[in-house]
Amino acid sequence: MTESFPHSYFPHTESQRREMLAVVGVDSVDALFADIPQQFRNPDFVLPPALTELELGRELGALARKNAVPGEYASFLGAGVYRHFIPSVVPAMISRGEFLTSYTPYQPEVSQGTLQATYEFQSLICLLTGMEAANAGMYDGASAMAEAALMACRVTDRDRVLVLDTVNPRYRAVLDTYLLPQGITITTVAPDKVSVNDTTACVLAQYPNFNGGIEALGDLADSAHQVGALLAVSANPVALGMFKAPGDCGADIVTGETQPVGVSMSFGGPFVGYFTCKNDYIRQMPGRIVGRTVDHDDRIGYVLTLQTREQHIRRERATSNICTSEALIATGTAVCLAALGPGGLRQMAELSYQKAHYAATVIGAISGYEVLNDGTWFHEFVVKCPKPPNETTQGLLERGIIGGLDISSSVPNGMLFCVTEMNTRSEIDALAEALGQIAKAV
Amino acid sequence: MSTESVAVKAQQALKVHQTLWDISVPGRSGVRLPDSDVPTQPMPDAALLRSELPLPELSELDVVRHFTRLSQKNFSVDTNFYPLGSCTMKYNPKINDVIASMPGFSGIHPLQPESTVQGALELMYNLQGILQEITGMPASTLAPLAGAHGELSGVLMIRAYHERNGNPERKVMLIPDSAHGTNPASASMAGFDVVTVPSDAQGNMDLKALEAVADDKLAGLMITLPSTIGLFDPGIVEVCEIVHKAGGLVYGDGANMNALLGRVKLNDLGFDVVHLNLHKTTSTPHGGGGPGAGPICVGEKLIPFMPSPVVERHGEDEQTNFKLTSPPNTIGTLSAGHGNFGVLVRSYAYLRALGIDGLRQASGDAVLNANYLLKRLQHLYYLPYDRMCMHEVVFSGRWQKAQGVKALDISKRLIDYGVHPPTMYFPMIVEEALMIEPTETESKETLDVFVAAMETIAEESSQTPEVLTEAPHHTPVGRLDEARASRQPNVRWRPLETQQS
Repeated sequence: MTESFPHSYFPHTESQRREMLAVVGVDSVDALFADIPQQFRNPDFVLPPALTELELGRELGALARKNAVPGEYASFLGAGVYRHFIPSVVPAMISRGEFLTSYTPYQPEVSQGTLQATYEFQSLICLLTGMEAANAGMYDGASAMAEAALMACRVTDRDRVLVLDTVNPRYRAVLDTYLLPQGITITTVAPDKVSVNDTTACVLAQYPNFNGGIEALGDLADSAHQVGALLAVSANPVALGMFKAPGDCGADIVTGETQPVGVSMSFGGPFVGYFTCKNDYIRQMPGRIVGRTVDHDDRIGYVLTLQTREQHIRRERATSNICTSEALIATGTAVCLAALGPGGLRQMAELSYQKAHYAATVIGAISGYEVLNDGTWFHEFVVKCPKPPNETTQGLLERGIIGGLDISSSVPNGMLFCVTEMNTRSEIDALAEALGQIAKAV
Repeated sequence: MSTESVAVKAQQALKVHQTLWDISVPGRSGVRLPDSDVPTQPMPDAALLRSELPLPELSELDVVRHFTRLSQKNFSVDTNFYPLGSCTMKYNPKINDVIASMPGFSGIHPLQPESTVQGALELMYNLQGILQEITGMPASTLAPLAGAHGELSGVLMIRAYHERNGNPERKVMLIPDSAHGTNPASASMAGFDVVTVPSDAQGNMDLKALEAVADDKLAGLMITLPSTIGLFDPGIVEVCEIVHKAGGLVYGDGANMNALLGRVKLNDLGFDVVHLNLHKTTSTPHGGGGPGAGPICVGEKLIPFMPSPVVERHGEDEQTNFKLTSPPNTIGTLSAGHGNFGVLVRSYAYLRALGIDGLRQASGDAVLNANYLLKRLQHLYYLPYDRMCMHEVVFSGRWQKAQGVKALDISKRLIDYGVHPPTMYFPMIVEEALMIEPTETESKETLDVFVAAMETIAEESSQTPEVLTEAPHHTPVGRLDEARASRQPNVRWRPLETQQS
């Protein structure tokens, strides 16, 4: 029981432990735990045996190899998480120990790296969305949208929010979790049936929406503003490489998921939600905010600011409970946007648009398949398939293709396909050919 | 330009860090993508497109040098002793990053057919099992993305439990005066009324005060074990009994679980739900403020209310398959994904690398290191609770305050000695608090250097206090004007012509 366990993570030698125990004045490490009631101390634990680094790589590598990896498979899955090109500078920078193994920059004199990178993240996001102020990031795009709704309720002192039915259903579900316990009413409506009044705190829209469509943000902003409500938009940052910025369409709060810009899909996380608003609402924002200031010698520096909004000071009256968020991922997004620049981001967006529209054309030409999108859309489209999506998915997998998302619960035999710059023409043609074969199979 | 002024300019460029915009040159790009290989498709109506995209323009090396130099302005675990209390800044093993970066983990999409991600689901299932064994709780979910996210799920489950049992009037959440700020903030977001319970002179929960407020409006208690003062409350079983007797449930904040690994099961003590901060206890990198992960482990009463997803195992041997499922009365989902998977992979690798003997060694050495610092520094810094501590020790700077030196000044002076400051001014019940958590991965040599620095600072406090009040002396910037930052918020770069200040 008291036998020590040598491991590369632990520096103490047995003689050092004895020396330190003597300073403390106890005769064993176990004696340090005397405050734990005797009858509950040191129960039996059954865990798998310890592995060396060599064995660990082998065993977890075997688990990793059980998964089918997009890229090795042609993949047309999107629905909120997208496979885009990640320049090598992104992992190279965020795997630097100084970024990776530091913590929340409470001590600005020894955290200027994280603080300036975060300030630059906030700036890049503002420029991309056309908004005035941004915070250091939320957990993900869905929780950022929920926090946007909560903030709109605080700003307007109202408790009713309107959500377009074109919002990602997984985001819609998170709204329920966050808003209902606070007594907020959520109404879901079609984009052309928006009806607001003086109890409406905000209208929540997605841009592009779940089906890839570009919502008429300007009209939504006008409707909301007429009754003193806010327009809160969740926007895909890659789409903002070509489409008009929501801030320029009248949005009051713009949030979103930065995953498409430099963040690996990693089975759904860690990602980072971005959060922006008009300057007027900055003191109602959730989360950490980095600000620029000077020291006593007038040297420019960065600090965590407006902290009286936050839980560690305001406690139960804080704007949110959020503490540890996703700082490293935000830094990665900043690195990626800096590397892409305006040309790279625009090209990424346009390539995705071009290839997705090509894919829709060739799929729509196959007998039995119908592309349902009308109006302007970005890089995702809904296809009504001749066979149930589970059969289609299986048929595609057998041909080395990960197909679109099954959305048959809302669209009969519907699948949502996504195409980005990562998909080659030959992959798209192979997808079309496979879909043709699946339609004909009996 | 003279040679000398060139050299001066180069020196200044290194000192004053430029922003991305200062080094941007129109026409540069750090990424090139291939040309389109599909027939040209008609573009959307120009009215829907943006005319300008004002991002900086940099070469690849510009980007690398900029962010590399920025990184060098940070203290980090990889470069410095980082005894930031409550945050468990232990060594983050490199193999965990290597494993999380394997394409089979980092490259998979969360909505792929389950048959194509069985390895990922198996890992999550196994991790759930290990966390349940460590806490003794019968069920768990990995869904929460950080500690406070776990807290929110936990208190939402407590709310759902009372509502389901016909007790919606149970709206009071008790929280000790020493608690993390996230506790009351989470309770408030879940619609509870927060009532604060005082600690006694020993830093334990005041049982009489607890009994006095535990009535039929009680929903539950949120408590951190060991407490934020770094103490194990020997009355914890009685605390849980009082809450249960009044019909409430006990939420355990697992931020300090590093002290208890392999020593006690929280389920045995009476907890109904606990979250674990995997970035703290299981060594996943803190990333300058995340990502983290805050899985929750729950007792029998709360299992039906867990947030989704939960990974279940079906079938045996060759037929085994793992599924993402949703508990029957779930409080819902917390994010669009299944949890911070990349963090979960690292955590699982850490737990498998140590096994139970390694985890016991981790808690043992963590507690030994904290007590060693307690004994070595007790004669120089006031110790408000003079008893054996767990994984962290909280001193008070009140003796130095009498000399005109604040906890803040002590912290800033530590920077000059190459140490990241401890957590300051928390918990709030300790005057001039300095909360020091050395962790088990720090050597005796490092601790002795730290002790020497603290000894020097104590002497400086009495002899040359201005050295402390003006510290730090060797950092890229000195103490920053936080009042100005807050009064005139500048939270983003702006083009020169529109800059206000």
